[in-house]
Amino acid sequence: MPTFGLNQFVFLLQGAVWTIILSILALGIGAVAAFIVALCRISANPVIKYVSSVYVLVIQGTPLMVLMLICYFGFNLYGIDVPALVGATIAMTLYVSAFLGEVWRGCLESIPRTQWEASDCLGHSRVQRMRYVVLPQAIKISIPPTVTFMVQIVKNTSLASIIGFVELTQAGKLVNNSTFQPFICFVIVAAIYFAICYPLSIWGKILERKYNVGHR
Amino acid sequence: MSAIAESTSTQPVVELKGVHKSFGALKVLEGLDLAIGFGEVVALLGRSGSGKSTALRCINGLERIEQGSIEVCGHRVDQMYADMKPLRRDVGIVFQSYNLFPHLTVEENITISPRIVKKSSKKEATDIASSALAKVGLLEKRDNYPEQLSGGQQQRVAIARALAMQPKVMLFDEVTSALDPELTGEVLRAMEQLAKDGMTMIAVTHEIGFARRVADRVIFMHKGRICEMGPASIIDNPQTSEMRQFLDHDLK
Repeated sequence: MPTFGLNQFVFLLQGAVWTIILSILALGIGAVAAFIVALCRISANPVIKYVSSVYVLVIQGTPLMVLMLICYFGFNLYGIDVPALVGATIAMTLYVSAFLGEVWRGCLESIPRTQWEASDCLGHSRVQRMRYVVLPQAIKISIPPTVTFMVQIVKNTSLASIIGFVELTQAGKLVNNSTFQPFICFVIVAAIYFAICYPLSIWGKILERKYNVGHR
Repeated sequence: MSAIAESTSTQPVVELKGVHKSFGALKVLEGLDLAIGFGEVVALLGRSGSGKSTALRCINGLERIEQGSIEVCGHRVDQMYADMKPLRRDVGIVFQSYNLFPHLTVEENITISPRIVKKSSKKEATDIASSALAKVGLLEKRDNYPEQLSGGQQQRVAIARALAMQPKVMLFDEVTSALDPELTGEVLRAMEQLAKDGMTMIAVTHEIGFARRVADRVIFMHKGRICEMGPASIIDNPQTSEMRQFLDHDLK
């Protein structure tokens, strides 16, 4: 039986690369979806507003792991062969769109009503109001919670192991299956997660401090 | 000024007819009629809750009216809630809380609207900003951010920002109420200069002295209606008990 060595460690690192790839995909595509969700949530149109709030409630009320299973096996059920990475990316995108969308909605709504009004009164269109007045201020407020949320994204990619996607956690399981050294194996897995997340946490803290200064 | 206003005001610039507005069960405007001519300076006085600020906000469509009609510079405000942009190009407003854009410099605050709404060139917009800032005496603050200015200076920038859109009517919503007494003077002087330049102005104000000095017409509102209206001299000789009471309180 192999014991935990360099080969196993390299295998874990390969898993970590997939964790990072999945995280980037989830954040990249999820951020676009989250922005759309945030805009829908503050829409003046009551139908759009209602539908988007139901969407957020449903996604937020569903465990991410269940989302993973639905997105992976759901497609396969209809004969559409979806690779694990695609299924996991779709599930992560849904998850990010609902949670980050709500965070960003809060950031948009935290811009005082009077700023929106001042923009309206100068004849700006709705797009211009968003682009030139609201977003520049809201983005500043959103950076710290967004970076903090990125840590959640990285950690939650571990749930993709349930659909057999060989990211860091699944790689750890596979290594453990062959070495039967669960303690050392999963401590190293945890250490790699920490190595990815810690810089993000620190970055979030720095940004929080930076943007709180002078914040009204 | 009133002589000029009368001679040119064939068509009122701002006209309200039977305007009703309520917030839930609270009736704020109850059949407000008002016509303001070109170049006229009108001071709206009244207790808080008398509907004067609401009247002003209805004029540029910030509040929807339930009954009646409002016409401003040829725009039917009550019919155009879908697209207010043409109206907003003709009407400038200055708020009690300045509402400058904190992420933009003084100059950017002023140039942004000519740039994006009127598609002015950068040079044109900068020139407009310079002359607007010069008018309110703040040319040297062009590169500062709003938070680096005093309240009075911010309010003057807000006036310049509205002026840069070259509006036909300027609305002032208690623009000195948030300022220390020593800072109100500079803002009032800027407004006075604007009145001298012939701007059509409607000012909701608590500054009785300003109303007396600058206004062609003083309107005292009470319970959502015009209670008393006339030349500035009515301040010294109010006819209704409500206005008398209001002025007695105010001047104490």
